Amino acid sequence: MVSLRRFLPVLVLLLVGLLCCRPAAHAQPTAIVGGTVHPVSEPPIEDGVVILEDDTIAAVGPRAEVSMPEGARRIDADGTVVTPGLIDAATSTGLIEVSAVASTRDQALDTDDAVRAAFRVTDGINPNSVVIPVTRLGGVTTVASIPTGGGISGQGAVIDLHGPTLQEMLVRDRAAMYAHFTPEAAEAAGEARGGLALRLREAFEDAQFYAENEDAYQEGATRSLSVSRLDLEALASVLAGDRPLVVRAARASDIDAALRIAEEFDVSLRILGGEEAWMRAERLADAEVPVIVKALDNLPAEFDRLGTRFDNATQLSEAGVPVILSTLDTHNARNLRLEAGHAVRHGMDWDAALRAVTEAPARALGVHDTHGSLEPGKTANVVVWSGDPFELMTSARHVFIGGTRVEDDSRQKRLMRRYRDQEEQPQAYDDGTGQ
Amino acid sequence: MRIPSILLCAMIVIMLGGCAGSGPSTSADDAAGETTYDNATLENMREGTYNDAWESSYEPLPARPTVIQDATVMTAAGETIREGDVLLRDRTIDSVGTDVPVPEGARVIDGSGKYVTPGIIDSHSHLGVSATPEVGPHYDNNEEGMATPGLWMEHGVWPQGPGFARALAGGTTTALLLPGSGDVIEGRGFTAKLVPGRSPQDMKFPDAPPTLKMACGENPKGGSSYPTTRMGIAEGFRSTFIEAQKYRKQWDAWLEAPTGDPPERNLGMETLAEVLRGNMLVQVHCYRADDMTTMLEIAQEFDFEIRSFHHAVEAYKIRDRLAEEEVSASMWSDWWGFKMEAFDGIPENVALMHDAGARAIVHSDDDLEIQRLNQEAAKALRAGREAGVDITRNEALRWITAHPAWALGIQDRVGTLEEGKNADVVLWSSDPFSIYTKAQRVWVDGALVYDRNDPDYQPRSDFELGSPSTQN
Repeated sequence: MVSLRRFLPVLVLLLVGLLCCRPAAHAQPTAIVGGTVHPVSEPPIEDGVVILEDDTIAAVGPRAEVSMPEGARRIDADGTVVTPGLIDAATSTGLIEVSAVASTRDQALDTDDAVRAAFRVTDGINPNSVVIPVTRLGGVTTVASIPTGGGISGQGAVIDLHGPTLQEMLVRDRAAMYAHFTPEAAEAAGEARGGLALRLREAFEDAQFYAENEDAYQEGATRSLSVSRLDLEALASVLAGDRPLVVRAARASDIDAALRIAEEFDVSLRILGGEEAWMRAERLADAEVPVIVKALDNLPAEFDRLGTRFDNATQLSEAGVPVILSTLDTHNARNLRLEAGHAVRHGMDWDAALRAVTEAPARALGVHDTHGSLEPGKTANVVVWSGDPFELMTSARHVFIGGTRVEDDSRQKRLMRRYRDQEEQPQAYDDGTGQ
Repeated sequence: MRIPSILLCAMIVIMLGGCAGSGPSTSADDAAGETTYDNATLENMREGTYNDAWESSYEPLPARPTVIQDATVMTAAGETIREGDVLLRDRTIDSVGTDVPVPEGARVIDGSGKYVTPGIIDSHSHLGVSATPEVGPHYDNNEEGMATPGLWMEHGVWPQGPGFARALAGGTTTALLLPGSGDVIEGRGFTAKLVPGRSPQDMKFPDAPPTLKMACGENPKGGSSYPTTRMGIAEGFRSTFIEAQKYRKQWDAWLEAPTGDPPERNLGMETLAEVLRGNMLVQVHCYRADDMTTMLEIAQEFDFEIRSFHHAVEAYKIRDRLAEEEVSASMWSDWWGFKMEAFDGIPENVALMHDAGARAIVHSDDDLEIQRLNQEAAKALRAGREAGVDITRNEALRWITAHPAWALGIQDRVGTLEEGKNADVVLWSSDPFSIYTKAQRVWVDGALVYDRNDPDYQPRSDFELGSPSTQN
């Protein structure tokens, strides 16, 4: 028989250990209580509750059905709208600090070569970028930071916008390969779209060859290939289905070219920008190709996008294309919710628009297991909004990333507080924290 | 108070002894063989037009009396009228109130559930200047050179720019089209009604005061030629204005006693002399607070006034001074970070300017934002309220109506729904500060110029015929 007395000191030690020496990950749970909860994966819940434990979502449901964990920090969310953290699928967050200052840009490899497949943005991401707090205070908790330039630009990463180092932020490294089928990209391949297509096909053919003859290649026993070993490896990973190919294309015929090439090499395709995608809505729906769209655009800004329309997202969505809404911006990625509002303004279903900034980008970027909806076990990225998140007058009241509530603080907030609160001392003596 | 243009013309005749509308006045030899000039000609020479060339040829579209009934009327003049009526008649706002009598034959529009505001005014646009598609041949913003005050924007506006019709569909009825900002002085601005025209003059806002665009900071110093520093910019301004002072003195002396040949003409100096005489509204592109204070010092040194700082992302840092000196600031709601001098941009900029009692303006400088200035004003309103600034909806509406009208010097004619003002009016599907709201109908000078539900009232540029683009 085991004596309790004998084990008491051990129990005490265990209890003491739990109380005082808990690892930081076991933080106080948070209960967001009340409001309309949009899990996205399920229909909205009136008067819902979302429980966050550690860095994940522990429970989501109607108030009556969810039990409150002991000692939970309670957020009164009556009258609010609760959504997953928004995901912007196309930014350069952490890669560009000041757009016009070259030394602060790390999103593009500066080379004349059209194929830059091995280029990864990841090591260039700066977790201390002042853009990050500004973005997350707009309810954007996760972004894809993507490369640009050339025909094949390289590989992007999906990051959460909170954490002291990249390690804590990284959701998925090398989440996708990015390519451009645009007039600018054609410049790097003989200033003709045909030249660009030639280079892309050649690179993918060589990657195929490389994958099939890797040993021979390593021994130098093959013909020479059009791109470097690292580029070949990177492209082979796309051919192997490890990551999708995201092609920036605007003109309907450029989208057709991307579809053709993707089909020829059997790669998983997403269209980025897709200004004239509405003209190919059925074809894209049949091919199940997601399209990343900026809703706030109706200008024939270039000759490859004369058909730009406000209702592009609506038409695609109604045809059954997985639509992702993005700002295609960095400094104002915080306005992602307004892209969704604008899409609704031009006919998109409200729920579809919410999906287009949460679940749809998560799926398209291969992070759906952990992101994009409010489901138990997923990363606790949650936003509590003062009202309809797409409305101009609505504020993001609470933003949680990985279960941590982010401070109402950014360099912009500090500038604002420093200059709003006019004191006798010069502004230079005010740190802007409001303390 | 509305001043009909004919009366305005008469007033100018009385005040200045001339009227641009009096026709070309060629010199005539008097008995002594001396060349003499009539007052109208002298006035034209002073303004730099010399005759009736470049006059506005704008003709309002046909109109009939129209009453919008039972709408929420946001006048931008202070009050919001629930279930209000607005009567547009004889090109003007005839009456605003409740239960406004319907004149015989008037078109009646049910505004229940809808909102009415003045036509939106943008103090900074490049529509038709660097028109879409943004290809090289469409770029008409800047010439090479440090200062090019002899340029006139109206000589570089393409009326077929596809953006014009889109801006109108967004409720924007008037815009200041500007050159720049690659030089310290770029040239005269062009105040346009955003109605279709075959020539820039068809869109020219009649009798709008002339404006001049200048710039400081990174853009004018960004080229490879002088200036390449902020010091160079200041020196450029000062040297140029010293020259202008001389030119003005010479010309004013001659205009005082206009006999014999006039002094030699210089297009750039002609413009700057008008600035020094106080006849031109100066618009200065500036981002940083210290760039703006430098410009204020230069304006003081040469005794002219700055009407509006454009972009002014750091206006909040010097808002007390801008309020005191009565200089407005034309700002974005939240643009920042795209260049070094925009690094300190904050979304509360507009609200803090307002809070200091300064004249805040939300401008676009963008072919997309000009289509939704109402939304940009709402964003600035929200940011301000979140920061604890007390702002009424009427005031936020003034950021995109009455205040830009003031910056353009047309505040007596447009910018509010007040009796006697031009009938530039927007009927919105709902609250203009909601993202879901669209402009349904737009009137300019009482004429319906846009109707979202009637393709016959949706203008479209020549460029877009046969293209896949159909605006919406």
